[in-house]
Amino acid sequence: MKTESVLEKVFASGELAVTSECGPPRGALAEKIIEKAKMLQGYVDAVNVTDNQTAMVRMSSFAACVFIKQLGMDPILQMVTRDRNRLAMQADILGAYAHGIDIMLCLSGDHPHFGDHPMAANVHDIDSVQFVQMVRDMRDKGRFQGGDEILNPPKMYIGAAANPFADPFELRVARLAKKIKAGTDFIQTQCIYNLDKFEKWMDGVRDRGLHEKVNIMAGITPMKTVGMARYMKKRVPGMDVPDELIKRMAGVPKEKQADEGIKISIEAIERLKEVEGVKGFHIMAIEWEQKVPEIVERAGLLPRPKEFS
Amino acid sequence: MITAERKPMEELIECLRPYHRILLVGCNECVTVCSAGGRKEVGILSSALQMAFMKEGKTLDVKEITLERQCDPEYVEELVTHIDQAEAVMSMACGCGVQEIAGRFKSKPVFPALNTTFMGASERQGVWVERCQGCGECVLALTGGICPIARCAKQLLNGPCGGSTNGKCEVDPDIDCAWQLIWDRLKALGLEDRYEDNIAAKDWRTGRGGGPRKIIREDLVK
Ligand code: SF4
Ligand code: SF4
Repeated sequence: MKTESVLEKVFASGELAVTSECGPPRGALAEKIIEKAKMLQGYVDAVNVTDNQTAMVRMSSFAACVFIKQLGMDPILQMVTRDRNRLAMQADILGAYAHGIDIMLCLSGDHPHFGDHPMAANVHDIDSVQFVQMVRDMRDKGRFQGGDEILNPPKMYIGAAANPFADPFELRVARLAKKIKAGTDFIQTQCIYNLDKFEKWMDGVRDRGLHEKVNIMAGITPMKTVGMARYMKKRVPGMDVPDELIKRMAGVPKEKQADEGIKISIEAIERLKEVEGVKGFHIMAIEWEQKVPEIVERAGLLPRPKEFS
Repeated sequence: MITAERKPMEELIECLRPYHRILLVGCNECVTVCSAGGRKEVGILSSALQMAFMKEGKTLDVKEITLERQCDPEYVEELVTHIDQAEAVMSMACGCGVQEIAGRFKSKPVFPALNTTFMGASERQGVWVERCQGCGECVLALTGGICPIARCAKQLLNGPCGGSTNGKCEVDPDIDCAWQLIWDRLKALGLEDRYEDNIAAKDWRTGRGGGPRKIIREDLVK
């Protein structure tokens, strides 16, 4: 084992892992993050905590992770390269690990253009592949990125993102390969709506044997309304929402759309369980965390293993 | 070339308000090519300024000069014969030219007439695009001759982010995704494999990270 993390243990046990996410509040509100996390307690193995998601200022992922840790749960520290240079990143990684946070997700992040501070400088000192490499070297070589030795190196279980739906599609398997080469232990994918395309990507992943080198978690986001489905299709870069899904959502009365969205998610999980190389699910119910337990339960992912945390 | 755009008229008038006699200095190099600060633009701005002053019931005496290269002390020296008659200088060169004048004529106020924008190329008539950020350690050999630092909105060195859509950047559908361009080039060159090499974190000391930079060519230094 490379780490003490719960996620590594769940993957090692051969069970499907389940993660979800909490977006920290846009204010100094501890109770908000605690309330959200509690909804997920017992239903997921670990909880991603976003880092200035969509380039909007929120409580720091690190601080919110500490609150979640204090609940006896396992947070996943998300970190984007947009806002921090390598000094700041490594400092936070040391701090987080010292607080018992031992899983992280290394991202480049949405461009500031999308957020509430479009005038901010975007840092991008390193990119997400180099970020993974840095955290791996901190753990396995016990060295900072600059080369100096670390006293008590942080043993992070390292995650990265993959978007099988972004362009150019033919590059997306190779991009995953680069992240694996850099040292990522697990992958959480972009929300999957176009299952055919995802399966095609997975074919490419298996052709290269990459599914044996990394634990891939399929990203699932339930849609609340047909409006949300349309918005994601049109406005969110790199999101692939097929027209049939929008039709299906539009085909049910407004008050039933949320249920339909949940049903679609559960069907997706059921189908993706059969895909060789899918090792778990990352359920991102954006501002809809209360629905995660129902999805996990109805998708047959309960009970979560207790012995690892 | 270095590209630039003229500042708004109001800002320029505001700078010059206290003065009656100025030198307006253009440059024959990059800013001429990008139609921002060459002889022609000096003439246009000069008339516009005088007109604006007249409207306010004042006069502005403008001496127009366009130097061969404003970033070169040898040419800036040509201003010596005119500088005493002027109360202030407005430079229509890039930021380098403005500073060259400020450094040479220490007691004369110098104002920039342009916003210097980027190092780029002309895409078509009237359109200029950024191409290089002068990082000091060129990686174009690895990326098919397309710069991921200047042309990717996140300066990613290892491939497209998850927002690349139909060849366009997530930030703006009018901007090409640099990594789509790189990938297309690598394919055209039969160098797809090169994409699989992880490019290491950049040492920004050769760029702005190391503070102001300097090139010393011992063979040329006298
Ligand atoms: S890699 Fe550096 S030097 Fe080369 S084009 Fe890009 S910014 Fe300019
Ligand atoms: S879409 Fe392409 S150019 Fe834009 S930030 Fe992503 S990789 Fe860079």
